[in-house]
Amino acid sequence: MKHIVIIGNGIAGITAARHIRKASDQRITVISGESDYFFSRTALMYVYMGHMKWDHLKPYEDWFWEKNRIELKKAWVEKVDFDNKKLLFSEGESMNYDQLVLATGSVYNKFGWEGEDLKGVQGLVSKQDLIELEENTAYTKKAVIVGGGLIGVELAEMLRTRKIEVTFLVREKAFWNNVLPLPEARMISEHIASHGVDLRHTTELDKILADENGRVKAVRTSAGEEIECQLVGLCAGVRPNIDFLKATELETDRGILVNEFLETSIPDVYAIGDCVQHRDPVGLRKPVEAVWYTGRIMGETLAQTLTGKRTAYQPGNWFNSAKFFDIEYQTYGWVWPKPLKNEQHFHWQHEKEPKAVTIAFDMESRKFLGINTFGIRMRQEVIDTWLDKEMKIDHVLVNLREANFDPEFYDRHEKEIFRSFKNNLQQA
Amino acid sequence: MSRIEHNMSLTGEAPASLNTQQKLASFLGMSGLIILLLAGLNVNFPNKTMWLSISLGAIFAGIVWFARAAYSDTHPGIKNDGIWFKSMTNRGYLAWITGIALTGFYIVLYFYPEYLGLRAEGDNTGLIALFDPLSKLLSGNPASQWFVYGTLYTIAIAAFGIKFLWKYRHNRYEKLRTISVIFFQTAFAFLIPEFMSRLNGEGFSLPYYDLKNIWPLNYYNFEQYRVDDFLSAGTIGLALLLFGIASIFIITPILTYKYGKRWYCSWVCGCGGLAETAGDPYRHLSDKSLFAWKVERWVIHSVLVFVVLMTTAVVYSYLGYDADKYWLNRDVFLVGVAVFLTILFAGIWYFKREELEKDARYGAICYLVIILSLVGFHYMSGQNLFLFNAETLRQAYGFLIGAVFSGVIGTGFYPIFGNRVWCRFGCPMAAILGMQQRLFSKFRITTNGGQCISCGNCSTYCEMGIDVRAYAQKGENIVRSSCVGCGICSAVCPRGVLKLENGSPRNRTISQEAVMGDNLDLLDLIEQKSK
Repeated sequence: MKHIVIIGNGIAGITAARHIRKASDQRITVISGESDYFFSRTALMYVYMGHMKWDHLKPYEDWFWEKNRIELKKAWVEKVDFDNKKLLFSEGESMNYDQLVLATGSVYNKFGWEGEDLKGVQGLVSKQDLIELEENTAYTKKAVIVGGGLIGVELAEMLRTRKIEVTFLVREKAFWNNVLPLPEARMISEHIASHGVDLRHTTELDKILADENGRVKAVRTSAGEEIECQLVGLCAGVRPNIDFLKATELETDRGILVNEFLETSIPDVYAIGDCVQHRDPVGLRKPVEAVWYTGRIMGETLAQTLTGKRTAYQPGNWFNSAKFFDIEYQTYGWVWPKPLKNEQHFHWQHEKEPKAVTIAFDMESRKFLGINTFGIRMRQEVIDTWLDKEMKIDHVLVNLREANFDPEFYDRHEKEIFRSFKNNLQQA
Repeated sequence: MSRIEHNMSLTGEAPASLNTQQKLASFLGMSGLIILLLAGLNVNFPNKTMWLSISLGAIFAGIVWFARAAYSDTHPGIKNDGIWFKSMTNRGYLAWITGIALTGFYIVLYFYPEYLGLRAEGDNTGLIALFDPLSKLLSGNPASQWFVYGTLYTIAIAAFGIKFLWKYRHNRYEKLRTISVIFFQTAFAFLIPEFMSRLNGEGFSLPYYDLKNIWPLNYYNFEQYRVDDFLSAGTIGLALLLFGIASIFIITPILTYKYGKRWYCSWVCGCGGLAETAGDPYRHLSDKSLFAWKVERWVIHSVLVFVVLMTTAVVYSYLGYDADKYWLNRDVFLVGVAVFLTILFAGIWYFKREELEKDARYGAICYLVIILSLVGFHYMSGQNLFLFNAETLRQAYGFLIGAVFSGVIGTGFYPIFGNRVWCRFGCPMAAILGMQQRLFSKFRITTNGGQCISCGNCSTYCEMGIDVRAYAQKGENIVRSSCVGCGICSAVCPRGVLKLENGSPRNRTISQEAVMGDNLDLLDLIEQKSK
């Protein structure tokens, strides 16, 4: 019986453990210093907002692990001795493994800003970050959030539920415009502002100013303005959590380098989830992809390899989703912020409500490339089929209703979208 | 407990302190309640019509005003901020006080109505007397404790229903569903039976009949006095009796097949109506553990067996022996029940045994054996049906299930155990609908491929304690007998993963491939290996 040790009890590590157990009797140990049990990181915000309690974040009840013979070890791994297949913990103990799975996740970015280590300056990735936020915001009246991405807007929503004034510094000219096409980015910007957030576009952080106790008291923006605050949220993206591996022979770049089988440069050592950098990214996907479901698919895939069937990582068509305050967002296939060469975007927006659709297609072949929807839910199964079968934009527009996933009795907009598309084409 | 738990639930800043309007609204509503309380304490109000109107008006207006003040300045969308921080919705002091007050009210209502002013001889006094003018206006009769209860119940559903409409104003499914329960409560449960009793006169007396209240929820529907009344009331009475039988044997199966049990539990039913409106702030308090699910299955199906036995016994007890007088005599009835149940279980067993979980199979077999053996006992033990006297069974059921379970525990403990305790653990109607929904229905909650992020909002806000996330994160459709189709899991999902649907009954429970990306080989592999 081999001893498979997994570092990290996030979605990737835990999925791997579960699927290894499903298919084998190997000894499995999952190590985490962050939390006793697997929890849904994406839901940290809901605990702070009072929608859920900590226990609700745990997808499995606590008895699950013993019943499935998945050993849990609460510790931080300080060093890995790859030659002797041995882990050293910060408390001084050690553990041997036969096969090692690195699923260490992400940490938030710091870009060397002056004052980035002050008290009251933090990001939001881990359970510890949430505890720190709870402490930091006990007396916070004003906060500044740096970085207009998904965690930034979540943090803004969280802080607004506690009536904290939020100034949100965003580098782009509209929210998340480095990912969303401009009309959509503008719509989201408006919505964020309507929630009482002071949204500053094309503004970056210059430095963070301290008071006499080493606590943040203000930030200075790239425009030279000083904004008073008691909290700074660093939300300018995340990076693989691999600092403890840097001094080893393991090949890393931004993340742990792996091939399509999720194998690292060292035999019997594998990496999955956010901490991974793919040597050969799949399709148009990025080499480092910190997304919930890719962590899960990597875990499922690696479990096959570790239980006897070497399997390549195939995440399928790109998709993702998010929620910006009250606006739900889904995306399937590729919709770039600006159409690539030969691509065209068709954009539709509801007159009154915050609903929008952007469909990307190839101008020559009219092939459907991807869709963004806001305030409208779509059925992944249907759109996946369209993408796989390379359907044309015309087919997509005629059959858009088939892909709708909104609750029953919701207003339907397919006809309007179809009409708008025809009108736009005639004008163009 | 972890530190976070402590921080968040005890000292976390509650975001929602009451605003001025909400305070005024609370004052208004409370003054209405205080008038009722004073009447209950035998303060004799001079002009009952006026004081009753003021009281009920103040309660209704207070609730509606409170809701408006809470939601009118907000964006349409999910309104769960601070739910777990508030004393009222996190089993805090306010919740306990409310729970105790409600429970006390139910105990008095069911067991000591004289304290509310019910008088066997002479005019009502106290609280019930205050309601006399309204009752006389509607039915022509003085009020009873049940009229008082019915009025307050209807006001609660209507006022908290309006609150719910504001809260979910972005969601048309929720809006229509709520309008529906307000309508059925006001018209069917409250007004129509009152008007019907106006028809009663010499030699014609219909029993109080809420038409949407179907046996076995309405466990007394086939008791002797009611059946006698029905039969003595000519064609209308017979029609109502037949409607009562058709409701459970024909109408219910058809609608449940088409739409799932939600058509009843969250669109029509009065218990469900109260749970979805006044009980909505407590929906997250349901227990989601696997243990609770096991308890649920045993308890609810035991209640179902109990009600079937009890009703059989009661009907049996007033039927005659002689087949010549009337074709439906005791033996025919008993054999009929046994044959029906046997065919029912045999049918389920034959067509659906693959889909039944192991313990459900044991349960079905056990219950069949119990019922049949009890029927067998009868032929040996003489006068008493089964082991017990029919009247004893009826009283026991009325006390334990009808009063204690559905009223005192089911509603009184809303703020502690959540709003659907009765519907989940006790209601025999829900058990029957649930079996149909699980085995013979087009309804399911569809999971949207791989979009689930396991956040747990769906499970947290499921009032029936279904661990929705457990299915969603596997890409599996949710087909559960307990699901009442309230639609809140779909509403609170931040990623658009869940959709209530009526689709083809085939492949209802099959999970989708999309969770695995497009890697079908991988999916097959996992399925093979986990067998």
